[in-house]
Amino acid sequence: MFRVRGRRIAACAAVVATAMTLASCGSRVDQSSSSTAATGAVDASGTTIKVGLLNSLSGTMAISEVTVKNALMLAVDEINAAGGVLGKKIEPVSEDGASDWPTFAEKAQKLISQDRVAAVFGCWTSASRKAVKPVFEKNKALLFYPVQYEGLEQSPYIYYTGATTNQQIVPALDYLKAQGKTSLYLVGSDYVFPRTANKIIKAYADANGMKVLGEDYAPLGSTEFSTITNKVKAAGAGAVFNTLNGDSNVAFFKEYKSAGLTADKMPVLSVSIAEEEVKSIGTQYLADQLTAWNYYQTTPGAANEKFVKAYKAKYGEDKPTSDPMEAAYVSVYLWKAMVEKAGAFDVEKVKAAGAAGDITFDAPEGKVTVDGPTQHVHKTARIGKIGSDGLINEVWNSGEPIKPDPYLKDYAWAKSLA
Amino acid sequence: MTTATGRSAGTGADEKPEHSADRTRRFGPGTPLRAAAGFALAAIVLFAVAPLVLGDFRLNLLAKYLCLAIVAVGIGLAWGRGGMLALGQGVFFGLGGYAMAMHLKLADAGPGNLPDFMQLYGQIDKLPWWWEPFANPVFALAATVLLPVFVAFLLGSLVFRRRVRGAYFAILSQALAAALAIYLIGEQGTTGGTNGLTDIQGFFGFRLDDPLNQRAVYFIIAACLLLMLALVRQLMHSRYGELLVAVRDAEERVRFLGYDPANVKLVAYMVAAGMAGLAGALFVPAVGIISPALIGVVPSIEFVIGVALGGRATLIGPVLGAIAVAWAKTTLSEQFPAAWTYLQGLLFVIFLAFLPNGLASVAGLVRRRRPAPADRKAAQPKSVPLTAETGGAGQ
Repeated sequence: MFRVRGRRIAACAAVVATAMTLASCGSRVDQSSSSTAATGAVDASGTTIKVGLLNSLSGTMAISEVTVKNALMLAVDEINAAGGVLGKKIEPVSEDGASDWPTFAEKAQKLISQDRVAAVFGCWTSASRKAVKPVFEKNKALLFYPVQYEGLEQSPYIYYTGATTNQQIVPALDYLKAQGKTSLYLVGSDYVFPRTANKIIKAYADANGMKVLGEDYAPLGSTEFSTITNKVKAAGAGAVFNTLNGDSNVAFFKEYKSAGLTADKMPVLSVSIAEEEVKSIGTQYLADQLTAWNYYQTTPGAANEKFVKAYKAKYGEDKPTSDPMEAAYVSVYLWKAMVEKAGAFDVEKVKAAGAAGDITFDAPEGKVTVDGPTQHVHKTARIGKIGSDGLINEVWNSGEPIKPDPYLKDYAWAKSLA
Repeated sequence: MTTATGRSAGTGADEKPEHSADRTRRFGPGTPLRAAAGFALAAIVLFAVAPLVLGDFRLNLLAKYLCLAIVAVGIGLAWGRGGMLALGQGVFFGLGGYAMAMHLKLADAGPGNLPDFMQLYGQIDKLPWWWEPFANPVFALAATVLLPVFVAFLLGSLVFRRRVRGAYFAILSQALAAALAIYLIGEQGTTGGTNGLTDIQGFFGFRLDDPLNQRAVYFIIAACLLLMLALVRQLMHSRYGELLVAVRDAEERVRFLGYDPANVKLVAYMVAAGMAGLAGALFVPAVGIISPALIGVVPSIEFVIGVALGGRATLIGPVLGAIAVAWAKTTLSEQFPAAWTYLQGLLFVIFLAFLPNGLASVAGLVRRRRPAPADRKAAQPKSVPLTAETGGAGQ
């Protein structure tokens, strides 16, 4: 008898559930959204304006992303000390992406719909950016992404203040070619950036008469490099193009040195090793190896002297500044310039202000300009040599800022890529 | 070895405990009426209270927690009842999630077109053959559950027949999770690599960026969770459920009684795999992403942690545990972005030290403190189905 009653209750519950599910169906794919901007539009009503800082403060990426958060905070503090933006002080809301891509998406949504921030600054890995991209597009909110990446992307709601491939990898290849290197060996971590970067490198090599003698990937965080090093040594390439990320670099360079390979025999050009990483790998393993970035702590100029000084004063004398930190610092100022030109915090107005291509900032790396159509930034490419003091000294630069070209449309050899 | 077989001691309403008062008989632990009331209460909370109280964002988070809870229900059956420490449920979660995401990506791209990431990274002009069947919605939906069940069948038949148990089984399932994650990362052109499958726009013709549709997805997930709970309750209270507990506690004895423990375990393992697959499939429209980071070793362990905290041998414990762990993770990390991992660790330690049988055992503890009526004393030990000493893990 009780069983029957239980079933009846269950049946009722099921009917109610189905009815509610059906009743709550919204718009279909071919219709436009039935409720526009259902989640928070920017809240500019208070005396402060909130911005989101979305970085991994825990997990494997924390070591790099915490420095980016520090640089963002430095910019926020400087702007607040100078009176804020449109008369409002910036109130940063920090969230931990935890080196986990769905968490990034969750926190991005939280910043947009709960805190109703005017813009979000952060993300490091391409995977985290890919995870939050639909969130920002769906909510029509702004993300400023400060890290060099593999290109092939152009979201209307993301500003990319780090280098795209034609501002880092292509100039690095030009440099190696000018040095007379005719063969390369590619070593990278197994994720999207190295795999995509290596595709571009192979296309470039094909078109420029260079040979790629080998291509090896190690899982993220891997520290076993004896096999790869032996293969590199046996191949006898002119140079090694290194897209390894994080801890793996420590193991790789130790192994590389113990195999008797040096910078003058077979230089390694790295695109993910900045001042912070040099410190953790150890300069004895890295001396005279090459890097490709748009900014070094040693980059000359008054703006950089001020930035380095302010950073050390805030976080400690032993803390170096690096390219992603600089790009993050710059991103806050670029957002400020766009907001001030628009005269409002409204996302579409800010985007319209950025579209004209006249937003500039005297950055530590030199003058940077926001490129209207691509929402990337014009940046100067710089090849550096790692010194025994742990700093990186520029040995070559592109002379002027390079126009961003995320899909490599202006390069004939890259036709097959996109 | 324990002799307690938990709530399964009373299998039906007609089987009346001898000493109990009328009220206890009708409404005591494990009776159908109590279960129905529990389900009704859960349904009210999930379908009426939560949508009214929570905003769109929080409701969407709850949808995600409920997906994890569905995985936990399955683990509760396999581990709590069957003694199989399933440390690799990420594999099945991932298979279900990828099956669903592959279909949604193909539907987004439209017939004849390649999904966006393949055009970017794949440099292929033709859809890989193993993607093609997923364009069919019926196949994809069936695959979200049947594919994990099939893999669990293959793995389980190999493992349980060879009497691989305890830590060896756990290590094996972990290795499988790690292997699948590494494979997916390596095949960037056809699986999206570390990025996984993201940027999913539609769900069977409905736009996912519409809050109303997100709400509908939540209701579907809540309904699935209740359905899975009902299924597992039926299993637990059936003859099969008793046999499963018997296999957990004394596999050799069951074998001597003439049953094949391998088959008994295999069924529970396949059910748990199917639930993980269903959860993965529902996770995709709720969160909008499936990636190798969700199916490797760490998330697989996190699934089990939720179950352990909730109380692995009970019906509702794993659900509460999974939701509590996920909710604590969100709340702590919002409040203390820089220190939440330490707090989370501390919580785990405290819980496992003081409540080794999980959240669900709190009720039992409270009952024990209270001076029990004379007629209840006899039934007392049965309310704790699995004690720490008998631990399913080490067997």
